[in-house]
Order: sequence, then structure tokens, then C-alpha cells
Amino acid sequence: MTLELFSQYLLAGITYGIIYAIVGIGFNIIYNTTGIINFAQGEFVMLGGMTAISLHQWLPLPLAIGAAVILVMLIGALVEILFIRWLDRPSVLRMIIITIGISILIREAALHVWGEGVRSLPYFVGNEITTVQVLGARVSPQVLWVIGVCAVMVLGLSLFFKYTLQGKKMQACASNRMAATLCGISTRNMVTLSFMLSAGIGALAGCVMSPITYTQYDIGTGLAIKGFTVAILGGLGSSMAAVAAGLLLGIIESFSVSVVPLAFQDAISISLLLAILFFRPHGLFGNKDAAGLKEF
Amino acid sequence: MTRHLPLSLLILAVIAVQLLTRWTETAYYLTPLTMTAYYSLVIVGLCLLMGYAGQISLGHAGFFGIGGYLSAMLTTKDLMAFKENALIALCDKLGLLVHGQDMLGVSSLQMQPWAACICAILVTIAVAYAIGIPVLKLKGHYLAMATLGFGIIVYRLALASPLFGEADGISGVPGFPLLPGLAVSGDFSSRISNYYLAWGMLAFVMWLLGNLIHSRVGRALRAIHGAEAATNAMGIDTARYKLNTFVLSAVLASIAGIFLTHYNGGIGPSEAGIMKSVRYVAIVAIGGMANLWGALVMGALLNIMSLRGMFGTYDDAVFGAILIIIMLFAPQGLLGISLSATVKRIFRRGE
Amino acid sequence: MLLEVNNLSRRFGGLQALSDVSFSVRQGMIKAVIGPNGAGKTTLFNLISGTLPPSSGTIHFKGQAIHTLPPFRIARLGMARTYQNIKLYPGMTALENVMVGCHCRSRAGFLAGMLSLPWTQKEEKNIRGKCLDLLALLDIADLAEVEATSLAFGQQRAVEFARALAMEPELLLLDEPAAGLNIYETAEVARLISKINGQGITVLLVEHDMSLVMDISHEIVVLSFGEKIAEGDPASIQRNKEVIRIYLGEDDAEG
Repeated sequence: MTLELFSQYLLAGITYGIIYAIVGIGFNIIYNTTGIINFAQGEFVMLGGMTAISLHQWLPLPLAIGAAVILVMLIGALVEILFIRWLDRPSVLRMIIITIGISILIREAALHVWGEGVRSLPYFVGNEITTVQVLGARVSPQVLWVIGVCAVMVLGLSLFFKYTLQGKKMQACASNRMAATLCGISTRNMVTLSFMLSAGIGALAGCVMSPITYTQYDIGTGLAIKGFTVAILGGLGSSMAAVAAGLLLGIIESFSVSVVPLAFQDAISISLLLAILFFRPHGLFGNKDAAGLKEF
Repeated sequence: MTRHLPLSLLILAVIAVQLLTRWTETAYYLTPLTMTAYYSLVIVGLCLLMGYAGQISLGHAGFFGIGGYLSAMLTTKDLMAFKENALIALCDKLGLLVHGQDMLGVSSLQMQPWAACICAILVTIAVAYAIGIPVLKLKGHYLAMATLGFGIIVYRLALASPLFGEADGISGVPGFPLLPGLAVSGDFSSRISNYYLAWGMLAFVMWLLGNLIHSRVGRALRAIHGAEAATNAMGIDTARYKLNTFVLSAVLASIAGIFLTHYNGGIGPSEAGIMKSVRYVAIVAIGGMANLWGALVMGALLNIMSLRGMFGTYDDAVFGAILIIIMLFAPQGLLGISLSATVKRIFRRGE
Repeated sequence: MLLEVNNLSRRFGGLQALSDVSFSVRQGMIKAVIGPNGAGKTTLFNLISGTLPPSSGTIHFKGQAIHTLPPFRIARLGMARTYQNIKLYPGMTALENVMVGCHCRSRAGFLAGMLSLPWTQKEEKNIRGKCLDLLALLDIADLAEVEATSLAFGQQRAVEFARALAMEPELLLLDEPAAGLNIYETAEVARLISKINGQGITVLLVEHDMSLVMDISHEIVVLSFGEKIAEGDPASIQRNKEVIRIYLGEDDAEG
């Protein structure tokens, strides 16, 4: 394998990997605040891209993306208010089925609104044949946009959780809801906020990746599964670990193309998911005892 | 015995419907009805697993796919090129293969449908045990995701593999002769006998499962669902029971796949896809998780409507919506709803 | 010795729940484990019944090492237990709950169950009969067809008791059988335990109600903060200075 090919694979892996990481982080945010695994997480990514593409018909690109992100955040809040909020201590099974149902509804709605076709946002810089030289490989500048924007999001999130009051409130909810309520934190609003935040980062990732990966009504499911894999691989609940895990998954997937036909690529990431679930469900970085204490 | 009342009603209803179609000359309804019976096999097996043993499976269409695709592939793949191979020659000697002729008159060699059926079931059992042992150790989200993952792997393999016809699936699957004069196939002439065969199988399975639920094993399953750790401490090997129930439900799904494939003369990757798995779960949920007959009735209704195209392009959306609505308002299934309790719940201030 | 516990210890992260506890239970006796809250009594039961593995130490039942066995194997060897917070199965009647207890003493499997073979049906009838008798023994036969979790607390305890007895155990582990019961019900429970013991079942119980413990136990083990402080017959335990100290405080021990 030449250096150039190696770099191509590596960069492709990092690009996809950081997107999986963002979806995984979205899972973690909602899981940390509510204990729910939101199967509809991938749909937020799809909606971000699709909405931005539609809005771009009337708005300049940056505004279209901004508006799309805000719209999807509102949809995230709507999902929480309509379906999650008034449930009275639902069982895990019920939550799983409900979020699956939500994901299906969003997907089918997208199908009827935008059709089956594949679409994409225009490249932020240049067009499909513009390339830059990175690590000996020639890649589209969009790749740098993806990695850059996602990295900024991750950084922003960790600062948010560590240093802002809202962020700390959400952490409090994650650790102990009862105690948080007693401190005057409105746990209900925290839950809505967590949905909005997850939806927002997913949407932005969806916009920024659209020129390279294209957007279609059904990309949500695959992303959700990979995002879940990443969240588990990193140890459910830990966002930094999700980034590492995401990059790992992306790179493994990317390099696997050199040994396995492309059509089987998805099977590889799912096999990885199954392997983790069977042998190390607390993930690479998670703590076994702590994971055992978490309620499912 | 009131326990056998639903079964008798089912048999009567099946006969009545057939006579009705003859009377109103709507015999074309028999086809979706027959298909519904086979889909119901998957559903009642899943009901046993989810409702009684308490294990969710989001990938059950995968087992349907294994059964259907294997029997399709084995009965259509021409083994003529491998005639000299020792294994193939042995199969031939044992009478497992059928010598035929393709369209151009060239001799061809395929597997007998019954041999393919047995092969497919054996493979299903092996896969179910292999997957079941690690998967059933998981709980909650992890279990759901693992079963979902399994279903997707089967779907992806079917979609990607030239052996399974890739996106087009496998067609031209021959009929499955069971007895002289009775074959599972889509021939118009055997439409009525196929209808009774399908519903007869389903009735028999309902009888078997009904017995099981009221037996010692059924009690153990309900106990496992109720409180697994305590049940383990009562001397019940909960892991083995969950596994056996999983395999049983997998075999039922697989048999449904085999028979439906022969009936339809083919199979496509969507039969093993997520949407089908979700559909099965939705029907079990709406029928009432631990309600075998509820699942059967709702399944029959919804599948008929779907197969007759009543949902149009909103087919998948309908099942998704059903899933949400049932889980939000009636987690015990339609038969467990109390309207006033539901209304109270909506308007009560939450936490 | 029916049950032998040797140097049993269990840690949970930084918490030492049990340290180096040893005692044995002779066949036919009623032995009580007492101690203040947090002494490690329920942990001890969880270790003996196999729900948790020990951090160190051994447990032998009928001469066989059981500390490495899964709970269902230990149960089949002849050990049954009840729980502090009753774990009856919702959605099943009292009788059905008890019938689950008979599971390990019967045979019908998947195939036999599905085909409803004649010998299976006979076995079911026997199980039913036996469990009804057990309910009658506990004076709740009339509640047989009532949904188990809708019963009164004391009645639920009785059903759980019957369920444990249905397993035909040689050793019965009772986790606070008198919790939540009034004086009369407690006396009933004491009477029942003695009666069962009289039929040859060895009993190991955890209990806070001293009158029950002192009344019926042959021997008592006292735990405090995970350690065994005393062991002996009720009279000697009542006089034991250490025991008095941990229950009542320093001053009273002096007096």
C-alpha cells in the first residue's frame, strides 16, 4: 500500500469516524440525562442535511445551514414533548420501541416530503473536483470542513458541560435526578434541552457531511446503528471516549474496503457491534462495575 | 374446555371465509390470506418470545430470511457443474436431488424441496443457538441492538451476495410437494388447498403453543419474565429456557419463510429487512405482548390490509405509527386499554 | 453438617460487606443470623444462595462446594430461599406462583408441553394437588385463584413461603420472615417455622424480631459490620456482653 493510498483511507476513516462520533455523542447526551437510548438519533442528521438543502433554494448557504440546525433542534424538542415527556417511568422495552417508531415516522415523513432521491448541499469551498494535499493524499477541502466543524462541536460541548451553568445542570441531572430536582433544577427542561442539543449537533454534522456523503431519506438508520456502536465502544455516557471510538470505527471501516467488497462494509461495523456487546459491553474505556450499576 | 374455544373458532372462521370467497367469487382474496397465515407463524413465535419469555427481538425477519433464502437457493441453484463432487454425489445417491431440465433442455441438478427445507431448518437452529447464547445474556437496549444487528447482517448478506441474487432476490422457486396431490406453490389450481394447508399449519402451531403456555414450561417462562433472578434461585435454568424459546421462535419464523417462498415462487431481501422485523414487533405489541390470540387476530387484520395495498405508500409509516401509539397509550395491547386512565395520564403533571 | 460457611468474605468496591465469617448449620436445627442493620446479613444470604460470588472463602452444602455454582444448581441440590421484599410473580395466581416452586421436581419439557402428552397432564394434576395442599397447610387455600400481588402483605408472605416449600428443600433460607407482620402474625410464623422444622427441614433465618428469634432458634449467629461477633444458643447470646453492646450501646453492656 502506498503512502498516498494509506492517507486516503486514513482521512476517509477520520471523516466518517468523526461523524459517527457526533452521533454517538448525541446518544450519550440524551442517555446521560434520561437513561433513554434515542434510536431516532440518526434521523436528526438526515433532517439537518435535507432541510438545509431545501432552504438553500431561498437562502444563502450559511443561513440555510443555520436555519436548518435551528429547525431540527425544534423538531428534537417537539419529539421530546410529544412522545417522551409525559411517560410515567416507562420500561426500557417501551422506550426502545417508541424511539424506533419515532425514527420510522420521521423517515417516512422525509420520504414523502423529499422523495427517494439522493441530494446534497454544494461544497462549501470549490466544487467536486477541487482538492487539497493533506498527508500525501489529495482530498476535497470539504473533508477539512467536516473534521474542523465536528472538532469544534466536540470542544464546544466539553466546555459547555464543564464551565457553563446550563451544562453543569445537565451533568447534575445525569448523576442523580432526584438530587437535581431538590436543588431546584427543572429536570424536565433539562431533558428537553438534551434532546435539542443532540438534535442540533446531529443536524450540523448532517449539513457539513452532505457534499461528500450525500443525503437520502434513509441514511438515518445506518448512522444510528454506527453511532450506537460508537457510544457503546467508548463506554456509554462518556463523550471523549466516543470520539476516540468513532475515529476507530471509521478507520477500521475505511481500511476494510481494501480487504472486503464494499457491499459488505456495513456488515463489518455491525459485526463489531455484536462483538463488543458479547465480549465487552462496557466498552473499551468504560468501567465494568460502573457499567453494571447503570440502569438499562 | 374453554381453552379450546378460540381454536375451534379459528377453524370455523377459516372455513367460513373460504366458503364466503367462493360464494362472492372473490377467490383472489385467498392469496393474501394464505400469505397472512404464514406471516402469522412468525408473529405467534415472536409473541411467545417477547410476551412470555420477555425477550425482545428486533431481527426476527432475519430468521424468516434464512429459511426462505436457503430453501430458495438450494432448490434453484444448478449443481450440475459440481456433479463430480463427492458430497453432491452422495446427496444424489440418497435421493436428495432432483434431475430436471432447464428452459433450453439442458439437464440440471437441484436439491429436492423437502431436503432443502430440512437443511434450512437445521441451519436456522444452528444459527439461533449460536446467536442466542451470547445475545440472551444481554438486557434492555443491548439486547435490542444485538438482535437488530443480527437482522441487519442477514439482510446485508442477502443484498450483497450474488449467491442470493443481490437486490433482485431469488425467483423461479419450484413448488414444494408435501403429499401426492398437495404441493406448496402458487398455482391457481391449488389455491384452495394451499389456503387450507397454511391455516391448518397455523392452527396446529396455535394448539402446540397454547399447550406449551399452560404447561410447566409456560409457567417457567412467565416466571422468568416476572422476576428472573428469583426464578433462577428456584432451580430453573433461566438461560437455557430463554435460549430454547428463542430457538423455537426462530424455527417458526424460518418455516414460515420456507413455505412462503415456495408459495410465492421467490424471495427478496426486503423480507429479511428491518421494516419487516419492526412490523412483527408492532403486531405483537398491538395484540398484547403476552396474548397469543390477540397477536394472531391483529396480525391477520393488519397483514391482510397491508397486502391488499390499503395503506398505499404509507405502509411502513402505518406500522411505525401503530408502534408508537400502542406503546404510548396501551402498552398492554389494545385489549388492555382503559380510556379514563389514559386521559388522566396525558393531563397529569409529570415529574 | 448440612451447611458449612468458611472464612467467607465479600467486598463491593471499597466496602467490606462480610469479613472472614465462619459458621455451620447442623441438619435439623433452626439457626438464626441476627445483627444491626448493615451487618451484612442479606449479603450473606445472597452468597449462600449463589446470587453473588464470594470474594474469598468457601461454602459447602451437603458436603459439596457450592460457592462456585450458579443459583439454579444450588436450588436443585435442595436449598430454597425467601426474600425480604417479596418477589411474587405478578400476573399469576397464588397457586401458579407456588406451582413454579415445583418446577425443579418435575420433568415435562418443551416437546412434552407442546404435545400435552398424557403423562404430562398427570404430572400437572399432581403438581396442582401438592401445591393446593401446601396452601392449605398455610391456611390460605381459599386464595389459590387470586392474583398474587393483589393479596394482603401477610398473605403474600405466606404464598412465598409455600412456594419455597414446594421445592422440597432440605435447607430453607428465610430472609426476615416476620418483617411487616404484627404480633399475632409473627407468632403464626414462629409456629409455622417450628412445624416445618419438625418435619425435617433445616432452617436458616435472618430476622430482627428478637422474640421470634429467641423463641424458636436452636442456635444464633451474631454479625456486626460484616464480622461474626458471637455464636451460640439463645441463652448465652442474650448474656453476651459484645452482643448487648452492639445493640444497646456501651453503658448498658457494663450493667
